[in-house]
Amino acid sequence: METQLVLDKWPGVISTVVIGAKKEESGSRSNIVTIGGQSSLPLLFKEGAIPNKPRVAFEVWDIVPQDWHNELLSAYGEEINDPLGWAQKCVNEFKAEILYVRMQGAHPDFGDRSPEDSAKFISTLLDKVKVPLIITGSGDNTKDNLVMPLVSEAAKNERCIIGSAVQDNYKTIVASVLADGHSIIAESPIDINIAKQLNILISDMGLPLERIVMDPTIGALGYGLEYAYSIMERARLAALSGDKTLASPFICFVGQEAWRAKEAKGSIEQGIMWETITASSFIQSGADLLVMRHPKAIEKVSNFIETLFRG
Amino acid sequence: MFIIGECINGMSLKIASAISQRDKKIIQKYALDQVSCGADALDLNCGPASPKPLVDMAWLVETVQEVTEKPLCLDSSNPKVIEEGLKASQNKTIINSTTADPEKLDILVALAKQYKSKLIGIAINAKGIPQNIDQRVELAATIVAYCQQNKFPVEDLYLDPIVLPINVAQAQMKDILSAIFEFKSISQPSPKTIIGLSNISQGSSVRSLINRTFLTMAVANGLDSAILNSKDKALMDTLITAELILNKNIFCDSYLEAYRKK
Repeated sequence: METQLVLDKWPGVISTVVIGAKKEESGSRSNIVTIGGQSSLPLLFKEGAIPNKPRVAFEVWDIVPQDWHNELLSAYGEEINDPLGWAQKCVNEFKAEILYVRMQGAHPDFGDRSPEDSAKFISTLLDKVKVPLIITGSGDNTKDNLVMPLVSEAAKNERCIIGSAVQDNYKTIVASVLADGHSIIAESPIDINIAKQLNILISDMGLPLERIVMDPTIGALGYGLEYAYSIMERARLAALSGDKTLASPFICFVGQEAWRAKEAKGSIEQGIMWETITASSFIQSGADLLVMRHPKAIEKVSNFIETLFRG
Repeated sequence: MFIIGECINGMSLKIASAISQRDKKIIQKYALDQVSCGADALDLNCGPASPKPLVDMAWLVETVQEVTEKPLCLDSSNPKVIEEGLKASQNKTIINSTTADPEKLDILVALAKQYKSKLIGIAINAKGIPQNIDQRVELAATIVAYCQQNKFPVEDLYLDPIVLPINVAQAQMKDILSAIFEFKSISQPSPKTIIGLSNISQGSSVRSLINRTFLTMAVANGLDSAILNSKDKALMDTLITAELILNKNIFCDSYLEAYRKK
């Protein structure tokens, strides 16, 4: 007897988020990236529509990273010493279709760059590279609340994804994102209840649920990957069952977690492998955007995505 | 929980007069108010006093579907009235209801199939209202068996154990709740279950509290659907909370709001 696949039909659908705006939409990006829109669990192509592939963003900073693995830094050559050159190298040489920019230089302990200078950095970056941007602050709430409104305004109408809103600090950033036409990253600490609550709080301020991307907070392989995996799976099941407050695409900061692992620091090959395996696992738990660091790991993961979607 | 709003019923004087005067605005306001309070479908009943229920039902259907695409639950003990409603409906429909009597089943199951309607079957027959759980399950099983034999999908069948007023049949309440649970195992796939909630508090003075307490207990017994007053906010909050406790939705502090955003 032939084996019959048991297929579920879901009433819900993940929202579609477009990143980047071209000239005709008053932006200046040369390409746009669309994520989300699934009506199926990850990679179950026969169950429902999966209109968009997971996408990989190259991570760049506005300063030279001080705590990155030396061999990871050397993958970008001389250009790592000039953040704008680094970003251009990602696009020109490594064919990045989307960049993630962390405004680490604004952190009080990492240079304390002024909000005005941070905004200027983004304006220049938008001139130098034409791919869509994801931008977050440095993680220092007080400073981010001063920096991100100006950064958001500098990128007005470019339809970036701006982050990160957290449960006890979301109002300033939501207001900016709303005013400047971006989408937002809603970050929760591996906690589905807080993820849902934060999405509601954000949408109560008038930003539609369709402009939220959820950062569930992940752990690398061996460091809690399965916790994040199960949270994402549960959120996806609820969303596909019709819970709109959890039907946002996921962004996973794979690079920062994978390269923190003790194993990744051992040898560069092992580091690349750690980042690759962490990313490919999250593709299977429903990640829509993967933020990664090493060009070789990104290449491997991009090839993996192509293979999965070749059908 | 699939919620059917009960308010457009000719038993209410306001609705009866709106029907007789062909006042669309009042009916449409009742329809939209119930939907905005969480009704997934709307019950339409032209009431026992209607002198011409056939045209009244068609008018109700046309009036309501001008303002909403929600399914319409055509409520009458007269199959001819239901048929007029089905003919007039562009929205999805639910027939409310058939009994376990063969002559009713013959007409109403055929109509449900013809109009691709869902069907409510009440555990009652010409002999009267069942007095215990065994009679309820037996009558429900009769309806399920008829549907299976006549190729009506059992997933589209909603079985009603008949909720009686607490001040009339207090001793039967436990049986009614158990029947909701038992109905689910009559067949595979399972039929759905439904109650007409407000009947429980008919004639008592603390209606809303009795309604929401009974609904919670029914939900805990696996109830799929209820005809109720969605404009009763305390009732709706209780329902949402009961379903939360049963892990049907993911918790967050604003879970009531989250449910209503659906």
